[in-house]
Amino acid sequence: MTATVNWQERINPVVRAIPPSGIRRFFDLATEMKGVISLGVGEPDFVTPWHIREACVYSLEKGYTMYTSNNGLLELREEIARDLAETYRVFYNPKNEILITVGVSEGLDLALRTLLSPGDEVLIPEPSYVSYAPCITLAGGRPVYLKTSVDNGFQVTAEMVEKAVTPATKVLLLCYPNNPTGATISRKNLMEIAEVVVARDLLVISDEIYEKLTYIGEHTCVPSLPGMRDRTILLNGFSKSYAMTGWRVGYAAGNPDFIAAMRKIHQYTMLCAPITAQMAALEALRNGKSQMKKMVEQYNRRRRLVLHAFQELGLPCFEPGGAFYAFPEIRQTGLSSEEFAEQLLKEARVAVVPGSAFGEQGEGHIRCSYAASIDDLNEAFKRMKLFLKRRMGRRTVLKGSFVKPGPVSEGRCQSL
Amino acid sequence: MKEILELLQTDARLTPGQIAVMLGRDEEEVACKIKEMEENKIILGYFTLINWDKVGEEMVSAIIEVKLSPQREVGFDSVAERIYRFPEVSSVRLMSGAYDLSVMINGRTMKEVAHFVSHKLATIENVISTCTHFVLKTYKYHGTILEDNESDRRLVVTP
Ligand SMILES: Cc1ncc(COP(=O)(O)O)c(C=O)c1O
Repeated sequence: MTATVNWQERINPVVRAIPPSGIRRFFDLATEMKGVISLGVGEPDFVTPWHIREACVYSLEKGYTMYTSNNGLLELREEIARDLAETYRVFYNPKNEILITVGVSEGLDLALRTLLSPGDEVLIPEPSYVSYAPCITLAGGRPVYLKTSVDNGFQVTAEMVEKAVTPATKVLLLCYPNNPTGATISRKNLMEIAEVVVARDLLVISDEIYEKLTYIGEHTCVPSLPGMRDRTILLNGFSKSYAMTGWRVGYAAGNPDFIAAMRKIHQYTMLCAPITAQMAALEALRNGKSQMKKMVEQYNRRRRLVLHAFQELGLPCFEPGGAFYAFPEIRQTGLSSEEFAEQLLKEARVAVVPGSAFGEQGEGHIRCSYAASIDDLNEAFKRMKLFLKRRMGRRTVLKGSFVKPGPVSEGRCQSL
Repeated sequence: MKEILELLQTDARLTPGQIAVMLGRDEEEVACKIKEMEENKIILGYFTLINWDKVGEEMVSAIIEVKLSPQREVGFDSVAERIYRFPEVSSVRLMSGAYDLSVMINGRTMKEVAHFVSHKLATIENVISTCTHFVLKTYKYHGTILEDNESDRRLVVTP
């Protein structure tokens, strides 16, 4: 008789200790059900614009099916440098300061692995994108949470950073516009944070994947701030702005020595990003601006529609200035965000993501993506209304208030 | 104003209230603007796009290239009017290039269309010649793909 291998035991304890994603469970639940309208999707509902797909087909016909340089196609790096220079007046040398990655996902992993030694601390806003904490842990670091809330428009402040800094703090991870809150950050706030970063000799990883999806004011590119270009690793990609999630292409830009070190890992673990995706990204940057703007316009209309709908439902919702998420409060229903999302799914067939999936600080909220058609949004809100009515019965009358984004806002969302 | 039109162009059923919400405007103001644009004939009508093939209705469409000799003072306008007044004519455009008018006509049978061309259109004074192209299949019409099978293929929940 041969003994069976206990694979569980063989798994690296660090990996074993990482909890399963809170999103996974909802995915399984929602997939089993029919007739679900999903506001749980963290990606555009648009298909990649046709000119980009067509360019990719052409590249295949022409036989572009090989590896590219580890850095990625030089033409693509040049276009990225041009885009950053034109939009934000930040200048990167396409030859040695930009690395094409397999999405921001790989860029983030590379940056963290290149940077972190065991015990290093990384400051991350909470709530935040589900991958940050696990990627930090896997790279040997320790996530330290900067607890943002609706009170200050889910923005990190210099004060928060200052308070959280220890001798072990190595890097501050920022993500604005933010997933899951849709929050943007004010330039003033960023300037103050930059001062602390310089004073405390920290580095910044700035995930600006939603940068083009900014509806209120203008996006501030972190490396464009005084003194920050030298201290920032900028991560961005094509997934959200050009509706290209499945293509898997993004980039990192920063100090040439650091980019070279990232490339070392990239070269041995990934080799290069898919050439087909790189060709498509090139087309997106060269000719995709007008279609991208059209998509942004549509998100903005839906954003207003969704805010209005939550107001009518009586669920207090912070006004998101970017991305394609709304993050309303559901505390007054007396349910936890998990319970709310699960019951909403089972009873009303509307899928949302519980705020707790994005960290403790997300509790009491749900994330609703408005990357969905107007018809679907309207239907989803109709269902949600019935659901809330049934839930609340005659017991409570919901009262909602609107909170505008801003560093300090007095009208905190009411929780009944 | 342009934004209201863009929204209505994609969905004529949108109410002023819905448009107002999406544009962050006042409902009253939007309703007023729409009314004004209707009065000024900026908005000419609200239609439904129908794929008659699916209804099983026999329909024949043709695009007719028409060459004209222009008339003093009115140019092509008066001949164009004589053509576009026919209800079976669905569009009339003045073109640059090898011919002058592009006329789209819908009929129930090929015979009906042929009859229109030979008896009505070709006999109009100043019409020099016509060339009729019958439509075999429509793929896209009014910016809408008729048989679009690009449905939402995303997973239900993603981070
Ligand atoms: C904040 C944030 N960063 C990164 C990613 C991953 O992006 P990519 O598709 O470029 O790997 C996502 C996707 O949901 C995201 O929301």
